[in-house]
Parts: sequence; C-alpha cells; structure tokens
Amino acid sequence: MPAAVLSFEDQPVRQVRKFQWLRVFARNKGAVLGAILLVFWAIVAILGPAIAPHDPLAMISRPRRPPSAEFWLGTDLLGRDLLSRILVGAQISLQLGVISVVMGGVPGVLIGLIAGYVGGRVDTLLSRFIDALLALPSILLALVIIAALGPSIRNVMIAVGIATMPLYARLVRSSVLSIKELPYVEAARVVGNPTWRIMFFHVLVNAYAPVLVLSTLQVGNAILIGSGLSFLGLGAQPPTPEWGLMSAEGREVLNRAWWISTFPGFAILSVVVACNLVGDGLRSALDPRMRMER
Amino acid sequence: MSRYLLSRVMQLIPVLFIISLVVFAIMHVLPGDPAELMLAGAEGGAITPERLMELKEQMGLNDPLVVQFGRFIGGALVGDLGESIRFRTPVTELILDRFGSTIALSLGGLFISLAVGLPLGMLAAVRQNSWIDVFAMGFAYVGASMPVYWVGLVMILLFSFNLGWFPPAGADSWRSLVLPAMTLGIVSAGVISRLIRSSMVEVLSEDYIRAARAKGLGERLILWRHGLKNAMIPVITMLGLQFGAMLAGAVVIETVFSRPGIGRLVVSAILQKDYPLVQGCIVFLAAVYLLVNLLVDLAYAWLDPRIRYGA
Repeated sequence: MPAAVLSFEDQPVRQVRKFQWLRVFARNKGAVLGAILLVFWAIVAILGPAIAPHDPLAMISRPRRPPSAEFWLGTDLLGRDLLSRILVGAQISLQLGVISVVMGGVPGVLIGLIAGYVGGRVDTLLSRFIDALLALPSILLALVIIAALGPSIRNVMIAVGIATMPLYARLVRSSVLSIKELPYVEAARVVGNPTWRIMFFHVLVNAYAPVLVLSTLQVGNAILIGSGLSFLGLGAQPPTPEWGLMSAEGREVLNRAWWISTFPGFAILSVVVACNLVGDGLRSALDPRMRMER
Repeated sequence: MSRYLLSRVMQLIPVLFIISLVVFAIMHVLPGDPAELMLAGAEGGAITPERLMELKEQMGLNDPLVVQFGRFIGGALVGDLGESIRFRTPVTELILDRFGSTIALSLGGLFISLAVGLPLGMLAAVRQNSWIDVFAMGFAYVGASMPVYWVGLVMILLFSFNLGWFPPAGADSWRSLVLPAMTLGIVSAGVISRLIRSSMVEVLSEDYIRAARAKGLGERLILWRHGLKNAMIPVITMLGLQFGAMLAGAVVIETVFSRPGIGRLVVSAILQKDYPLVQGCIVFLAAVYLLVNLLVDLAYAWLDPRIRYGA
C-alpha cells in the first residue's frame, strides 16, 4: 500500500472545493483556446446545414473555381461550394470522433474494470489479449475490421472504436488495481454491498479522470485515423462531404486547384489540435499531483 | 544478456499467436465468401453451385475454422501466407517484392524525424521558455494533429508543383523518396522533440552535470557527451514505437505518392476483397513491428544494464 494514502494525519486537511479542477483548467491558456475551438466546431456541426451558404451536394457553379467573394473557399471538382461542404462535414467528423470513442471506450472500460477488479485467471487471460492488441498499431487493426465489414463511414466508426478499445482496458485496469486496495472500498465490502455495486459505484467512479482525458485525446485521434481511412476510399463514400474524402477528391487536380485538398485539412487540423489542447488541459487539471506543482 | 534475450523472444511468440488469431477470426467470422469472389473475379458470368463447392473444397473453406486457422499458422511458420485471390500468386511473394520499398520509406521517415526532432528538442531544453522552446512545443502539437495524407499533399504542392525540386510520385530514384520520407518524418519529429526536451531537462538537472560544470568542462562538451548520451535512453525506446507509426503512416503515404509498397498493397487488397492478401499483409506488418521493437528493447538493455538485471 502506498504510504502517501495512509499518512493523511500529518497533513493539514485542505478543503477541496468543488469544481476546483475547472478553475485550474481555466487558468491554462492553451486549454481554454482548445475549448473555444471545440465549442465553435460543435456549434458548426449542429447548425451546419443551416449556416452553409449553399447546398453542399448541389453543383451550383463552374468546377474548380478559386476562392472568391462569392465562394470563399472556391468550388470543387463538380462545382460544389467547398465552404458549405466543410461546414456540413463538421457533423460527420465530430460524430466519427465521438461515436468511435464510445464504441471503444465502453467495452474497453468494462474489460479493464473486470480484469482489474476480478483479478486471477480472468485478469491473466484478458490482459494477454489487451497486451497483444496493444502491440499492433491501431490503424492496422482498424484496416482488418474494415476489410471484413466493407468500406463505409459507419464501419470506420466501429473499426476505429474497436481498434482503440485496448487503450481504455489497460488504463482502467491499472487504476482499478490501485483503487480496489483502498480502505474505503474495503469498508464498502464490509457493510455488505454487492460486488457489481462496488465495481461500478465505488471503484469505477473514482477512475473517471484518466478515462476522461484519454477519451478527449482519442476524439482527435479517431478523427485523424477515420479521415485517413476515408481518404484511402475505405470510409465515407461520395458524395458525402467528409473531410478526408474531400482531400482525396482534390488530389488529382492538386496542381490546378490546390484549395480542394488543402482547406478540409485545415479543418481537421483545428479540430484535432483543439481536442489535444483540451485533453492536455484536463490532464493537468484533474491530476492532483500536477495541481500541487503549481 | 543471453537469458534476457531468450525471455524476450519467448514473450514474442504468444503475442504473435494472439494477433494472428484475432486477425484470422475477424476475417473469417464476418460475412464474405472468398471462393465466390474468386469465381466472380476469374470466370465472370454465372457461378454454378457445383463449381463453387469444388473450389471451396480445394481452398479448404469447408473445413472447421479451427483446422483452417491451424493451417494458416502452420503455413505462416514456414513463410507461407496463402495465395492471393486477385494475383493468383503466393502472398509472401507479393509482400517480399514490396517490402524493400516500405522499409526504405520507414527508415527515411525515421531519419528525418531524428534529424529534425533531435536538434529542436535539445535547443528547447537548453533554452527553456525561449521563443525556440515555444516554437518546438507548437511544432510538436501541430505535427501530432495533422492528417498524414494532408501533409503529403501539401509537400507535393510546395516542393513538387511550385518549386519543382522533387517528383510528386513514383519510386524510381532516391529523389522520389525525399517527399514521402519528409512527410512521415515531420509528423513524428514533434513527438521526438518533445520527448528529447523533457528527457534532456531532467538529465541537465542531475548531479553529474553539475559536477561536470564545476570541474570546468565546456558547455558544449557537457551537452553532447554527458547530457545527450543519457537523454537518448528513453528516446531509443520511443524509436521502436515511432517505427510502428511509420509503418502505419506508410499505409496512407504510399497511396498519396503512388509508391509500390505493402501499405498500398493492403489498401488495394481491402478494396478488392482479397482476404488472404489482407490477412497476410497485416500479420506480416505486425511481425515486423514486433521484431523491430524487440531489437530496440535489446539495444536498450545493452545500453542500460539496469534493465537487463531488473527484468
């Protein structure tokens, strides 16, 4: 048992204010910038079709028109408004990020919780699988799943989710291992709580911080992997305004119409940077050790 | 050292086995019939049920999955990964034909990543909180957040179409390797520079650095001989992981730059539902990645005796 946990007598009792982590988070300029960017993209994703100046699927103009006052970001190969496509595409990319995180996070957290709490042979077996899967770069695992399910944006969400599941399992397992030894868990057991109740309401709720951080970072990562798969033709299919696919569509005319491939990339870059900034900000705000250093 | 080596190699076997099992299970449990695809691809027109049964029997698709998996593993152990449906040639042959190109790309990417990341990380560590530190940090952030295919396209746009320095596609000379390697390298240089920075900052606060300063050694000598050497230890481990990032990046980058490699092979195999080829490529890439990481771990143990004895 770590000594730090038990030696609370010799430390002054510090009032832990509610939402103190939020205050720490708000002092971090990068994190706040990331949060603003994320909120911006979330609003765009919700309002997308309403604020887009044109129909993202309608061929309204000459193809490959450079950016102008009428078409801010130019038009694509088929004469569709690029800005409208990027705005509407935000919905797809954010959905991709969030849904893959849920698809990977929920089973991953459950596996980690079971492996860590139950222990013994169950743990050995599950850990073997988790470690083996972690030894494979996640895009390779995602490729196998896409190969079996067939290319589509829905399958990309499933594939990226499953491919990142072992990350959650390992993370939760290690937190559960240390939490389940704490005195309060023993107390909960002594007063007769059923095992499932202890697992979910006493152990898991106290392991939420690292999961939250990982999930935030993974939203960005999932968008990166997912758009890459779409770029390769293994994800969203035309005429979907998916950012990776849009970059792929502009590839053949890169030297004549640079804007078609480049602008969607800036959109991805800003969303992913935002996720990383918020994730890192949460990490330092939620980790008590890092808080004391400040 | 030999005991450590043996134990590390032994650890590799179950991992590879489980990876093969998972890949095999995903490919076979989910719907899709290779024999049917093969007939449709080869003979076109109507597929007679008799012909289908015959072919299934030939390909061993009527056997229980366990038997099929046993056959796959047995074959893989002697370098036989089955036959491609589309090419009608052994998967191993197709992979080995393209392996050199993928390795050249990965090593090139790794080289660039070190060539950019190492000096940047060191400068950031020596001049903490200066503009160069802020720049290195921002570079790392942006590098890790850019889609790799997009970096490739921007590279082509800048260095090929605008400046005309390097060809935008192909794999005929070293010049065509520069842009794809730069693309992979820049994306991972950020990770490397951040790691070198934090490792260097830690090392520079050690007592032996203070001792070196106290005895009047030049700052340059302290940095290179005493600082960097020790700061490199975690970086070497990271290189193994970055090699995996290179292989993963190669899957995308080979398509962007039209390079013949395993990455492009696997992507086209997925699009054409060439299951044995997909399975073979993934298991092969996983094995390469694991072996590289094993080598990295061994180098690490060789450099740092504490690892050897502690494990």
